[in-house]
Amino acid sequence: MSELLRLAGIRKSFGDHVVLRDVDLTIEPGQCVVLIGASGSGKSTLLRCVNLLEVVDDGVITFDGRDITDPRVDGDEVRSRMGMVFQAYNLFPHLDVIGNVTLALRLVHDVSAEEARVRGLAMLDRVGLAEKAQARPDDLSGGQQQRVAIARALVANPRLMLLDEVTSALDPELVGEVLDLLTELKGEGVTMLLNTHEMGFARDVADQVCFLHDGRIHERGTPEQVLGDPREERTRTFLSRIRA
Amino acid sequence: MSERVAPAAAEDTHAWQPSDVQRDRDEWRRRRTLRSAVIAAGSTLLLLGAVGGAVFSSPGWDRVQETYFSWDKAVSSFPAVLEGLWLNIRVMAICWVLILVLSLTVAIVRTLRGPVAFPLRLLGTAYVDVFRGLPLLLVIFLLGFGGPALRLQGLPTSPLFWGCSALVLSYSAYVAEVFRAGIESVHPSQRLAGRSLGLSYGQTLRHVVLPQAWRRVIPPLMNDLVSLQKDSGLIAVLGVTDAIRKAQIETALDFNYTPYVVAGVLFCCLTIPMARLTDRYARKKGYHGAGGVL
Repeated sequence: MSELLRLAGIRKSFGDHVVLRDVDLTIEPGQCVVLIGASGSGKSTLLRCVNLLEVVDDGVITFDGRDITDPRVDGDEVRSRMGMVFQAYNLFPHLDVIGNVTLALRLVHDVSAEEARVRGLAMLDRVGLAEKAQARPDDLSGGQQQRVAIARALVANPRLMLLDEVTSALDPELVGEVLDLLTELKGEGVTMLLNTHEMGFARDVADQVCFLHDGRIHERGTPEQVLGDPREERTRTFLSRIRA
Repeated sequence: MSERVAPAAAEDTHAWQPSDVQRDRDEWRRRRTLRSAVIAAGSTLLLLGAVGGAVFSSPGWDRVQETYFSWDKAVSSFPAVLEGLWLNIRVMAICWVLILVLSLTVAIVRTLRGPVAFPLRLLGTAYVDVFRGLPLLLVIFLLGFGGPALRLQGLPTSPLFWGCSALVLSYSAYVAEVFRAGIESVHPSQRLAGRSLGLSYGQTLRHVVLPQAWRRVIPPLMNDLVSLQKDSGLIAVLGVTDAIRKAQIETALDFNYTPYVVAGVLFCCLTIPMARLTDRYARKKGYHGAGGVL
């Protein structure tokens, strides 16, 4: 059992609306699992549950060998070992870029201000934005903002990166810079769980693709199989719609 | 390799039963809630007991109780104070309507654009600056004592009328700023969208901007209403027989200050529900982030 993350029987509902039902999923270190599915199929909720931003109704999430859905677990500590990137970047507008990247290092990881700055600048260099360290998020393009958000999530060396439709808010010509960065991260062995509508990217980067429909994983497998030769009628319908 | 997952059988939502793990968790959460409630109740009782004990056992408590918390005096003065409070409530209700009208007008005037509206903007700004600068009590003195003495034609000379005017003038300056902040917080793209549909400036304001601004300023407006409820008692200085004045009269009979406490409790009975209502409204409007458990 070398898995990093294991979801077993996850169920989540909002009021009467059941968003996730009986979801099982495993991710091994260095793997990239891509969730696909229509809007409202539960992809984002699944990521939020893994990040403990939502409390599951049932089921067990095991992260790094520990049941993190146990109410006795310190959620802040668990989150400090994951990185999450949001669709709308969610950068802090009152802080400059380096301030955004180093905030958690200084407040959560007890890193000294100087060391945080060094590590933050190195991480910004890694995402190609070292010269923007003093800029405000509002002065950056969408693609640059999202790269800063990735740097912010990555700087504390998380065991797992959660990426929630990170290119959906970007202009088409800016999507590439973010996806290229993620492909590089995958090459460096960063473990990722993400959802996306970019099927080309999913094909390149995924070790496993899961198709969600109505809160269930209807089909899962290698990208070649799920995207190239789907067995489920629902998967075929979904793929033909987004390719049309 | 791929693993095929069985297609969903039509699952009845109500058929779902929590697993053993989940039942364990729910049980743990329930016990923790119960424990917090017990601890909260215990510490509250302890604190109240300590404070109460310290107060009641202090040497001067008998005299304090007799002077401020005399039950007989409270009962005998209650009807008079309550009658006075009815005046406060009427003053508050009428003033609040006038304040909303005047302040909204001032706010709209202050957000008008273009050189033609400059004198209006200047007037609005001057009004707000002056009446936000003047202490409310000073305005009440100025109008309440000065107003009737002018014996202006067509205007009543009652101190009640002039006291209310002072409240309306003073409060409208504050509330106008609340409205203006709300109007300016509506994103400019909303105006552009309205105008692009062919709506006039006024129509855009009326049907696009104000409805959004209004919703945003309701919590601060309710805050000002709570404030007005108690400031309506200030017109007592003009000799208007409101709750405070009635309490003063009752007190003057025997220098027992319990009627003031009665008036204070009654004012709190007015304002505290209003404050809770404001909180609830704000919570309903979702002023707690994007949702989720954090």
